[in-house]
Amino acid sequence: MSALPPAGSFLERAPLELRDAVVQVLPVPVQWLAHHLITIVAVLAVFGLFFAFTTIAERKLLARLQNRRGPNRTGLPRFSILPWHLKHTLFGLSQPFADAVKALTKEDIVPAAADKLLHFLAPVVVVAFSLMTFAVLPFGRFLIPVDIDAALLYFFAAGSATELAIFMAGWSSRNKYSLLAAMRALAQLISYELPLILSVVPIVLITGTLSTQTIVVAQGNWSFGLLPHWFVFTPWGFAGFIIFLISALAESNRSPFDLPEAESELIAGHLTEYSGFKYALFFMAEYFGLTALSGLGVTLFLGGWQAPCAFLEFIPSYLWFMLKLIGMIVFFIWVRGTLLRLRIDQLTRLSWQFLVPLALINVGNAAFWSLTSGWSGPLQLVRWGVSLAVIVIPFIAMGRTLTAGFAPRTYRYAP
Amino acid sequence: MTVALIFIAVLMLGSAATAMVLRNLIHSALLLIASWAGVAAFYLWAGAEFVAFAQVLVYVGAISMVVLFAVLLTRQNLDDRQPAEPASRARALAAVLIGASVAGVITATVLSTSFKPSAAEAPNATVKQIGLDLMESHGATLLIVGVILTVALLGATVIAATDKKSDPEDAQ
Amino acid sequence: MLGSGIINGLAVTAKNFLGSYHDPKRLVTVEYPEQRTVLPEAYRNFPFLISENADDPLGTLRCVSCLTCEKECPPQCIVIVRSKDKKPDASGKPQFYPAVFNIDTSVCMGCQICVEVCPFDSIKMDKVFEVTATDRFTGLLLTRDQLAKPNSYYHQIHPVEAAEVDARLAADRKAAEEKARAAAAAKAAAAAAKATAPSNSADAPVASAPKVSATTV
Repeated sequence: MSALPPAGSFLERAPLELRDAVVQVLPVPVQWLAHHLITIVAVLAVFGLFFAFTTIAERKLLARLQNRRGPNRTGLPRFSILPWHLKHTLFGLSQPFADAVKALTKEDIVPAAADKLLHFLAPVVVVAFSLMTFAVLPFGRFLIPVDIDAALLYFFAAGSATELAIFMAGWSSRNKYSLLAAMRALAQLISYELPLILSVVPIVLITGTLSTQTIVVAQGNWSFGLLPHWFVFTPWGFAGFIIFLISALAESNRSPFDLPEAESELIAGHLTEYSGFKYALFFMAEYFGLTALSGLGVTLFLGGWQAPCAFLEFIPSYLWFMLKLIGMIVFFIWVRGTLLRLRIDQLTRLSWQFLVPLALINVGNAAFWSLTSGWSGPLQLVRWGVSLAVIVIPFIAMGRTLTAGFAPRTYRYAP
Repeated sequence: MTVALIFIAVLMLGSAATAMVLRNLIHSALLLIASWAGVAAFYLWAGAEFVAFAQVLVYVGAISMVVLFAVLLTRQNLDDRQPAEPASRARALAAVLIGASVAGVITATVLSTSFKPSAAEAPNATVKQIGLDLMESHGATLLIVGVILTVALLGATVIAATDKKSDPEDAQ
Repeated sequence: MLGSGIINGLAVTAKNFLGSYHDPKRLVTVEYPEQRTVLPEAYRNFPFLISENADDPLGTLRCVSCLTCEKECPPQCIVIVRSKDKKPDASGKPQFYPAVFNIDTSVCMGCQICVEVCPFDSIKMDKVFEVTATDRFTGLLLTRDQLAKPNSYYHQIHPVEAAEVDARLAADRKAAEEKARAAAAAKAAAAAAKATAPSNSADAPVASAPKVSATTV
């Protein structure tokens, strides 16, 4: 268990004290409602702003990866409240607000033959379920909106309900190609749910609990005060983290798995008939899903709100969570700017023939690790060695079979 | 508490009943999924969190996909409204009679039972306890269910993979 | 090994990212309108008319309204009205001049055929592209005074081409001058031979000075 000196520190408890102060002011019958409403509003506000800055960060980061600048001249609106018109460009950081105004004022075109109720409900359902997944992420030592026993199961349940909304979007447009694309998107999402959940099972096996807060607390120790005991630094944890990363990319329809929403694939897939604010809602749901999955990855593998070294614990836990979350999102943006898109058959093959067997082997690996936790001294080296071998050898073997039968690509005209 | 139960019951039963009434097949399927979500809400009301989340994960997340895929892949035109007239008046009369008698039997049973609060304690329903119970006292059942699921999966794979000869350009 | 390509790719994009901050060759963005790319010499948009003298652009147009470009223009966007009188051109010869010369640049497709067929090197392609108009029909219709630009402007925008055109025109003029001088000298020699033949007791023949025409540039 981690040492608790900063537990009662002022910065750690500051958000809770603030909420309690506001709740005390209100009359007693509505205090429980106010308590939860303040939590919900705080999470929505923080992650709404996070979403806005993820979009501009993504555009600027992708631009720099591609040797160009991103948007850098959005600046302030002409009719700002300041008495003079400031001409500073703000380096383009107000771009998301400009995009929001654009999305809100665009004409909302609904096809005449569309199923109006479902067409309206689909973006609402997808955003609602994407937001619901934030309820069980521990943002700080005392900052978890709802602390339930089966938190991981809740997370995956809410995440899998978003797939229904994608089907609704594809079907309600009354567009053959939207429906086809929605079916393909569903096939992708269902294929990658299995590796996603299987990569998390070793964590549950080792910690013996489904509660996210307990999992974070279990990663709290440091060896020699310097090396954290995060699960990503164990062999099975590293393999699980890689599988989790790939599955999270696929679950949120993000490059290189963005076949459902690529422009050259059936226009925009299941989003073809959506415009204006409904499209912005789908976009928002995709980013919320990505942020929630990154948050879960941080919680399960990267130690959640734990600091990496013992002497860095004076920085509040929620700042560590945010830093790690930003790190993961930057990595996802980096991967987006680097890798090519996969075809639907390539990505389903990757899931079923590569990731699922590796994830199952990883569960066995974690079981071995858990059973040999009593080994010490030179046996620790044996333990690490066997664990690493169980990961590396199947990876190389299955990697060979994954690309078997395909000759290396030769390009006639490219150098 | 009772208000919540009434709300959940109205949601569940209302969506199931509307699913029977509507002509559009996809709308019926989606309302059926809504009633499954209502069942999950009921489990939450009753304090069984694990079962509620499992219900959402399995029913709303997976079985709904199966239902929708099956409907879409087997219907010719989806927005034709299913005809609402019954085959004959005799069949309609028989359906009404049977439905009324089933409802009567259930109502009579419910009204004649006295629902006393039990003196036993509610079981400890933490995830850890559920896991231990499954593995220890119901271990055999769990293994048999696992075997059945594996057989079903293998059978589905065999059925899906039988016509490999028809696609010669399939790599490996 | 599986995944080595991905790692290499990630390294390449990381190098791009870090390089774009300190290596000016990597960041290829040109921030228009504060910075502009240099247009190639052969870039063209719509035509303009060349005048010899910058002080009198409309009076010293090279165009003699032969109407060839109007006939050859594929979308027929040139409208010329020939003048009734003649004015001396750069070599002193009286020529017609265009009273009205309109080009509808919203129709012009920049094919450069008018430039290719002009016998007098009087119409050339301009490079201006930042044009906007508030009126759909007459906003982009350029008249004679908007189209007339001096030869120095032509040198500025197409230096190589303008130097070549000027050299050719000067060589043509010199060849014409030489021919005129040779013709005049031959005529003078013939006149002198005719003069000396009949008169044997005449004085020294009067040599007539050849006419030298002054060329104004």
